[in-house]
Amino acid sequence: MIDGFIALYIFMLAAFVGYEVIGRVPSILHTPLMSGSNFIHGIVLVGAMVALGRADTTLELAIGFVGVFLGAGNAVGGYVVTERMLEMFKSSKEKDS
Amino acid sequence: MISMRSVIEASYFIAAILFIFGLKRMSSPVTARGGIIWAGAGMVVATLVTFLYPGMGNYPLMMTAIFIGGVAAWVSGKKVAMTDMPQMIALYNGMGGGAAAAIAAVELLGGEDHGLVFGTLAVLGGMIGAVSFSGSLIAFAKLQGIMRRNFRFSGQQVLNLLLLAATVATAAYIVLAHGDVNIVVIFFLLALVLGVTMTVPIGGADMPVVISLYNALTGLAVAFEGFVLQNAAMIIAGTVVGAAGSLLTQLMAKAMNRSLANVLFSGFGEEDGQASEVSGSMKPIEAADVAVMMAFANKVLIIPGYGMAVAQAQHKVWELTQLLKSRGVDVKFAIHPVAGRMPGHMNVLLAEAGVPYDIIYDEDEINPEFPTADVALIIGANDVVNPAARNDTSSPIYGMPILNADYAKNVIVIKRGQGTGFSGIENALFFLDHTRMLYGDGQAMASELITEVKSL
Repeated sequence: MIDGFIALYIFMLAAFVGYEVIGRVPSILHTPLMSGSNFIHGIVLVGAMVALGRADTTLELAIGFVGVFLGAGNAVGGYVVTERMLEMFKSSKEKDS
Repeated sequence: MISMRSVIEASYFIAAILFIFGLKRMSSPVTARGGIIWAGAGMVVATLVTFLYPGMGNYPLMMTAIFIGGVAAWVSGKKVAMTDMPQMIALYNGMGGGAAAAIAAVELLGGEDHGLVFGTLAVLGGMIGAVSFSGSLIAFAKLQGIMRRNFRFSGQQVLNLLLLAATVATAAYIVLAHGDVNIVVIFFLLALVLGVTMTVPIGGADMPVVISLYNALTGLAVAFEGFVLQNAAMIIAGTVVGAAGSLLTQLMAKAMNRSLANVLFSGFGEEDGQASEVSGSMKPIEAADVAVMMAFANKVLIIPGYGMAVAQAQHKVWELTQLLKSRGVDVKFAIHPVAGRMPGHMNVLLAEAGVPYDIIYDEDEINPEFPTADVALIIGANDVVNPAARNDTSSPIYGMPILNADYAKNVIVIKRGQGTGFSGIENALFFLDHTRMLYGDGQAMASELITEVKSL
């Protein structure tokens, strides 16, 4: 179980990591990075799957279904556009690779 | 025997590590390409292992939803043009927010007592997710050109505040008194409406900051729902994105010389700042003369703006650059942080055309080089080179960091006509003695310059 203060510690440390990782990023990468972090919160798909997996009533099933659909869209779409953008970043030393 | 539970937890742990290292690699251009693949691997691991979660059912429904959502996003993501990237990010981000809200809804409707702490986290995550969902959809509609008007009326902020208060009050009621289905529905409707009313008054130019903010908010919502579901991968990934997204939002707002509060609560240029009149005239020039000027220059700095991308001129501009470089001219690209539609967007557009990132320079790096440049070539940029930002205190853009194009020995501006930029401000740079205007479509003019340079 992740409970009480342990949860708070995880939250605090993860927030610190997020802040530090982005700290010195050059502005040329802002757009791909925003897109990349957008992809990473696509992990919400996992939670939506659990929610749908445990749903009983029709209403819960419907909402869970929409949740999984949206989560999958976030994860897949986020990956595709980020990958497409980053794929194009080449230095002049690695031409036409 | 290792229990299923430990396999799942270990996989989430690995996924969390892959996300963090992926994000780390994405923050440098050299390793960025690998970064997204690391993070992608983490996502695949986390998703697959979730099928093994104990006490779950509805697998056919689950796979159908993943399939439909995944395919729709895959196809749209592959098809979208690079110029339309900002609104696609908004759309996918909105989907994530919606998913977080859906998790909260299922948890709240399930009737299970979460206690005060987790109940609060569930409603908070649901509220933030719902706001991010409807807000991102509005941002998408605005950037896509579906919604062109900015709806502003007096008392708007009071209305938003009332909506926020009503949403929070309903949330508190749900946590404390375990409201029934109707209350939960009202709560989510209020949050969705709040997202809409918060976003409609904000102009298209400020949208990138808003999208980035909603991105951070979705991360936070995911983290909160992660606490409710006791899912470490969601907590860590969501929190990391929440923190990184907040910082990114601040950096973007700073690059645009706007505070976040300013973006959210007031429209651009509402103060009606009366900029000083610009005197003088714009002096036209022919492509042939520009070609000679550049071909025999030592250093040429190219300043591309969103207008270049609209004209799809980046490929021709890169061809021109290669041509000049082969003649021994030192050519560099100078990028303003807000060139394009969000920070870094222009770099993506140039990268798409094949321009290597090591001849593309940031504002800080390139500004000292303008006085030694023979030619500053401006294509489709306007406000980001307006010297009024530096010396005219009455100008609405005063104080915004700009590229000092006016310090170059010669300034050439490729421009369709004599109109102003999105801010509607006359650009004093166009009237300077050493500035010449090359009127025409960006792509056509770049082609003409290529032909002229070749014929020298």
